[in-house]
Amino acid sequence: MNAPDLPLWAAILVSFFLIAGALVTLLGSIGLWRLPDFYARLHAPSLGATLGTGFILIGSMICFSVLQGRPLVHEVLIGLFVTITTPVTLMLLASASLYRDRVEGNDAAPKKDPAPTEL
Amino acid sequence: MSVAILGWSITVAQVLLTLAMACAVLRFMRGPRAQDRIIGLDTFYVNAMLLLVTLGIRSGTTLYFEAALVIGLLGFVGTVALAKFLMRGEVIE
Amino acid sequence: MTRLKRVLPYPLLFVALLGMWLLMTQSLSTGQFLLGALVAFGGCWTMVALDPPAGRLRRPGAVARLAGRVFIDVFRSNLAVGSIILGSEDRRTHAGFMSLRLDLTSPYGLAVLAIILTCTPGTQWVRYDPSQRVLMLHVLDLVDDRHWVRTIKERYESLLMEIFE
Repeated sequence: MNAPDLPLWAAILVSFFLIAGALVTLLGSIGLWRLPDFYARLHAPSLGATLGTGFILIGSMICFSVLQGRPLVHEVLIGLFVTITTPVTLMLLASASLYRDRVEGNDAAPKKDPAPTEL
Repeated sequence: MSVAILGWSITVAQVLLTLAMACAVLRFMRGPRAQDRIIGLDTFYVNAMLLLVTLGIRSGTTLYFEAALVIGLLGFVGTVALAKFLMRGEVIE
Repeated sequence: MTRLKRVLPYPLLFVALLGMWLLMTQSLSTGQFLLGALVAFGGCWTMVALDPPAGRLRRPGAVARLAGRVFIDVFRSNLAVGSIILGSEDRRTHAGFMSLRLDLTSPYGLAVLAIILTCTPGTQWVRYDPSQRVLMLHVLDLVDDRHWVRTIKERYESLLMEIFE
């Protein structure tokens, strides 16, 4: 089991963030498998893309900052890209799927847009 | 001591992420519709990127960071292209 | 101020691009600083050529408050969606579509709202109709749609309107 030699507190902190992030990501992917229809499944990947990615990147930041003795936060870039790109893909997929379901006349999508809810 | 803790937890995280990738692949193979497969593929990309980040932590070099960034961006472009194809590909324009 | 605008049309974009360059190269040396400034300068003038719709960012306090709210809501909605995924069969079948009328019209505000709604699992932006100003959402836990309208309007939309309008 080779791994970088960190002080004990940093090792525990990094381990916590890594396992928490991996668990959240796994939960999102299980949701992708378990949820019943496509529109419900759209919600599952954003678990991994928000909290899962966030936790793992924080763990990586702590690890490399301690290892190199200076703040190393370039993982922020990955986080930024993932946060900006995931909504775009999910929105495109949702509208593409809505369009296809309506063209084919499936029951999965409503025939008309629901009336706006007023307070 | 700390090397052992970190090494084992990285292994656990990698196993969990691999299981997550397996779920995404199952959804990709099962379908039933094209959009289900695409969303499986997109999740697969994100999970693979996270797996690369954990590999980078194990090796202690920042080399894997660039690879993870490239995978994330390519996955985004690929998914957008596929979603666009779903909108246009089956309809005669 | 106007002189600065003439040389550097988008100061915020300049700072963001320069920051991104320095993060990517992982150094703060003078050479990288100059190179990054050059790239950011080019990026700003490319933006001028693209001619995006005018928008402005006001009230940094409101921006900070919105960021804090979104941060908390990401945690909360992750927990909620996680419990739905692992929960029993009938909890997973409450999903449905709903619409609401928005008062927000700024394109940048709408873009940020789209990112917020998608990044909090449980709500998914489906379509926005600018002529009717109606937003269509898909919600995983659609028991009371008024609750969601109230959440979106009070927690996000009011702050976004303060910031962008």
